[in-house]
Amino acid sequence: MNASSEFVLHLADNALILGQRNAEWCGHGPILEEDLALANNSLDLIGQARLLYQHVAQLRNNGSTEDSLAYFRDQQDFLNFTLLELPHTTALAPSARAERDYAVTITRNFLFSAYMLQVWEQLQHHADAQLAAIAAKSLKEVRYHFQHAVDWLVRFGDGTDESHAKAQAAVHFLMPYTQEFWSEWPVSQAIFGDVNTLRTAWHDLVHQVMAQAGLQLPTAVAYITQGHLGVHSEHMSYLLAEMQSLARQHPGATW
Amino acid sequence: MSQTDNVANEWPLWEVFVRSKQGIEHKHCGSLHAADAQQALHMARDVYTRRQEGVSIWVIPSAAITASDPGDKDTLFEPAKDKVYRHPTFFVIPDEVGHM
Repeated sequence: MNASSEFVLHLADNALILGQRNAEWCGHGPILEEDLALANNSLDLIGQARLLYQHVAQLRNNGSTEDSLAYFRDQQDFLNFTLLELPHTTALAPSARAERDYAVTITRNFLFSAYMLQVWEQLQHHADAQLAAIAAKSLKEVRYHFQHAVDWLVRFGDGTDESHAKAQAAVHFLMPYTQEFWSEWPVSQAIFGDVNTLRTAWHDLVHQVMAQAGLQLPTAVAYITQGHLGVHSEHMSYLLAEMQSLARQHPGATW
Repeated sequence: MSQTDNVANEWPLWEVFVRSKQGIEHKHCGSLHAADAQQALHMARDVYTRRQEGVSIWVIPSAAITASDPGDKDTLFEPAKDKVYRHPTFFVIPDEVGHM
């Protein structure tokens, strides 16, 4: 049985939006090697998004294409987690245009790749053969994303006073957004059944790395974001404007 | 970074060697700065194997390499110039020997 197109769309939007965010480092990385590492990460994610959008188009069979799904939907139609659309700054930054904070980038990549490790692991055995194949391919990629993020997070947390403070601020800022991973949503429940297995595995992994990095986890908060329902933060429309404007100005353009 | 010109604050340099799929030996392909060996491996993966160049990576601290002095070039290498008979090209290698 095929997965619901809504769920595949959610996976695709997650990959595309984080891919777009991480691509902002292209040409601005803290060092050349990290510039390339983040560009590689983005290209992996955008590659995953393409395969997933193609699968959505196939499932919907209504004339939509990977391009129409990526470039010609508006913010309320995007089903990505709010975590992934946030700029590379913490709440302490004076504005979203403030200088990007690499600790935020790394911490988000860590939290999300730890989650996707569990998701792809499970989906590679899904009855939807196309989705299972995408999962198997993506699992290899996300293992590297996870390794890369853990390596840096431990260096930051266990590094200088300044790097520790920045990493700790990023963890405090981003952790509440991960609660959205576990909010009740029939679309994902239909896929995973009980999300508690995923949740426990994710928590163990996160706790383990946090301990290694000497970082503290904040306590849970009451407000849970709802990006997966199309209710986004104030940052989403700016991200989409930058990503979609070219395709909308020149529909069907190729090179 | 405010102290970029302070050499003591710079990450050490590493030499990167990559073995290609068909290749038998690791070949030198460049160098990079990294805090330690593990990080150097990560970075080498991202910088030097993006186009499927390799199936294995070595990194070696550049400081561990002792190099000959370019000024000694004539002394070291010129004397070999007129001794072509040292090349094994005068022998026919049987096919069964395979790669040498």
